[in-house]
Amino acid sequence: MNKSRPVNLDISTIKLPAAALVSILHRVSGVVLFAVMALLLWMLGTSLESEQGFASVAETFSSVPAKLILWASLAALIYHLVAGVRHLFMDLGIGESLEGGRRGAVLVLVLSVILILAVGVWLW
Amino acid sequence: MVTTVTSFGRSGVFDWLYQRVTAVVLAAYTLFIVGFIFLTDDFGYQAWSALFQNFWMRIFSLVALLSVVVHAWIGLWSVVTDYLTNRMMGPKATVLRVLAQTVLGAVAVIYTVWGIQILWGV
Repeated sequence: MNKSRPVNLDISTIKLPAAALVSILHRVSGVVLFAVMALLLWMLGTSLESEQGFASVAETFSSVPAKLILWASLAALIYHLVAGVRHLFMDLGIGESLEGGRRGAVLVLVLSVILILAVGVWLW
Repeated sequence: MVTTVTSFGRSGVFDWLYQRVTAVVLAAYTLFIVGFIFLTDDFGYQAWSALFQNFWMRIFSLVALLSVVVHAWIGLWSVVTDYLTNRMMGPKATVLRVLAQTVLGAVAVIYTVWGIQILWGV
C-alpha cells in the first residue's frame, strides 16, 4: 500500500471551533451510548420482570454514585439527540452556511446544557 | 459512487440514509418513552408492564433496538476508521481496528438477542 496516500482531513492537527466541538462530542456521546445500552437493557429487563424487579431498579438509582451514572447516561442521550436533530436540520438545508453552522453548534451546546441541568434537578 | 463503505449499506449513500432513518426512529422512541413516563398518572410497574404487553409496543421496541444496532454500527465504524488508523497509531492500528470492530459487532449481536429475549421473554 502507498504509505503517503492523500488524507481527507488530518483531524489530529485541527483546532476546535464550536462546530468541531459539537461534532467530537456527538461522537463521544455516541460511543458512551453504545456502552449504556447494556444498562438500559438491564433496566428494561429487570423492571418488566416483576413488581419487585421494578422496585429494585428504582432502588438501585437511589444512591448518589448510581444517580451520577444515570445522569451521565441521560446527559449523553440528551446531547446526542439534540446534536442529531441539528444534523437532520442541516440535511434539510437549514443552517448549512458557515455562520449558520456556528449558530447551530452554539445552540446545540446551550440547549443541551439546559436540558442536562433540568434532568439533574429532576433526578435529585 | 463511494465504494469504501461500512459493509452495512451497499454504498456510502445507503449508510447515510440508514443513519438518518434509524435516527428518526430512535428520536421518536425516546420521546415516546419520556412522554409515557411523564404523562402517565401513577407511573409504576402496572402501567409499565401493561405498556410492554402490547404487541405494537414490542414491535416498536424491536424496531428501535434494531435501529440502535444499525445506527451504532455505522457510527462506530466512522469513529474506528477515523482514529484507529496507521497514521495516528502506527502499524499495529489495522490489527487493533479489526479487533475493535469484531468486539463491537459481538456486543451488537448480544444486545439484539438480549433485547428480543426481554421483549418476548418468558
